[in-house]
Amino acid sequence: MAGGTEIEVKGLDFYYAGNVHALKKINLTVLRNSVTALIGPSGCGKTTLLRCFNRMHDLYPKNRYEGEILFQGDNILSAGTDLINLRSRIGMVFQKPTPFPMSIFDNIAYGLKLKGIKKRTDLSERIEKALRHAALWDEVRDKLNASAYDLSGGQQQRLVIARALAVNPEVLLFDEPTSALDPISTAKIEDLFEGLKRDITIIIVTHNMQQAARISDSTGFLMLGELIEFGHTDRIFTAPAEKLTEDYITGRFG
Amino acid sequence: MAIGSGKNPLDLVFSSLTAIASFSVIFFILGILYVLISESLPAIERFGVIKFLTSTDWDPVKESFGALTNIYGTILTTFLSLLIAIPVAVGIAIFVTEIAPDFLKGPIGIAIELLAAIPSIIYGMWGLFTLSPIMSSHIEPLLKRIFGPIPLVGLLFQGTPMGIDILTASVILSIMIIPFTASISRDSFNLTPSVVKESAYAIGATKWEVIKNIVIPYSKLGVFGGIVLSLGRALGETMAIAFVLGNNHRITTSLFDAAATITVTLANEFAEADKDIYLSALFYLAMVLFIMSFVTLALAKYFLLKAERKYSR
Repeated sequence: MAGGTEIEVKGLDFYYAGNVHALKKINLTVLRNSVTALIGPSGCGKTTLLRCFNRMHDLYPKNRYEGEILFQGDNILSAGTDLINLRSRIGMVFQKPTPFPMSIFDNIAYGLKLKGIKKRTDLSERIEKALRHAALWDEVRDKLNASAYDLSGGQQQRLVIARALAVNPEVLLFDEPTSALDPISTAKIEDLFEGLKRDITIIIVTHNMQQAARISDSTGFLMLGELIEFGHTDRIFTAPAEKLTEDYITGRFG
Repeated sequence: MAIGSGKNPLDLVFSSLTAIASFSVIFFILGILYVLISESLPAIERFGVIKFLTSTDWDPVKESFGALTNIYGTILTTFLSLLIAIPVAVGIAIFVTEIAPDFLKGPIGIAIELLAAIPSIIYGMWGLFTLSPIMSSHIEPLLKRIFGPIPLVGLLFQGTPMGIDILTASVILSIMIIPFTASISRDSFNLTPSVVKESAYAIGATKWEVIKNIVIPYSKLGVFGGIVLSLGRALGETMAIAFVLGNNHRITTSLFDAAATITVTLANEFAEADKDIYLSALFYLAMVLFIMSFVTLALAKYFLLKAERKYSR
């Protein structure tokens, strides 16, 4: 199922403003149409690493990258990268649901309009497709013009996923997407991943090791800014090579 | 008993003192309202409500008084000043919250607050000695040349630009209220959660698109509340425009004409109100202003509260 190399991280160092060395010499390969989980204790750098893939750190001054992140062979850390284009190819879903202050329809239409899709019929078609993709269509089909704030937390998070899917990204980054949700909403979102990875590549940061074990193909374990171990999820959870990984997944710390 | 709960005598003293302090506010408001009403009763009896509000007469010699010229001047200067101030203030707020580099945010913020701290009489003096000559010799002739010949719009720009007129007063007022609108807008913009902005960036929005589609819609109720608050301030402002408005009790279409606002009329004419009914008419006028300000403030509070509720979940 998993295809060729989608993203290759080569010797990545990352410094926050004030020279805080948050990521140290990270090397890993993300395969196309796979789910890659990043786990590790709080402050280990997993979210920092995730936010490198769409250069989110560039929104704040004085953050610095060193090394390379090759996305389909091109180094996205190079100075000439078009960030607007990059972010429409590598989407992101955050920990808390982040609906925009507009209707359900307009939330999803927003990204499409940014891409220049303006015709009402095209919009409707793609919005329905995205909502079906995110398993939300049946719940909202009759109230597309209602405010996105009227949805429950779990529905809002699926709306945000639909919004990210609507612009046809190649990669989707998830930053603890279910940590603010109840178990039922969490299950609904986890169920999506199997279908989603047919079309896209997924990288997910999670605190929940069972979740990582359930849904991912590869897992990376980070600690104090270093990638301690990276490999097939089954192997990481059943036969970790590193003592630190074993201690973490068996719950000895973290 | 709710107050003090009676356990500790010192507790009781403290809670009583704070309660007295708080209730005194209500007492003062009612007291002021009482004085306004009782003093204006003779004028209310003589001119009625509708007639007073719709009459353009303001003739101390014939003892015929109507509020309309003052209300017109008040509303027109307030409206014009908001028209000038809102775009500038919202622009400042956008720049400070979203665009300016960190080292500029502090100084601009302080400058805005300093602008708010200048006593209004100083604005008035600056307006009379500096702004008014500039308006009459440069800006107003230019406006007249550009807009004067246009039908309808041209009506606003007729007559001799003297610099002592509605336009100059409105410009001064707008400079005075910019800090309020700007700082409330800035606070509202800062309420937009950064993660919502990030998710707009994350689907490929540019900075301008994020400001336009996320930040402004997210904070529009707060900004609106700020505007209404500034409106209340512009309504009540006296000293900044007393020198440059010209105290002219006529309704004119041209912005280059002198006019009168309620506040300026009150400030100028109390000293010369030699008859009881004249004095009573001034109190009546003050009551009209009191009600106008009260209503605007209530509206502002309402919108700000609504904004808080909507997004504090």
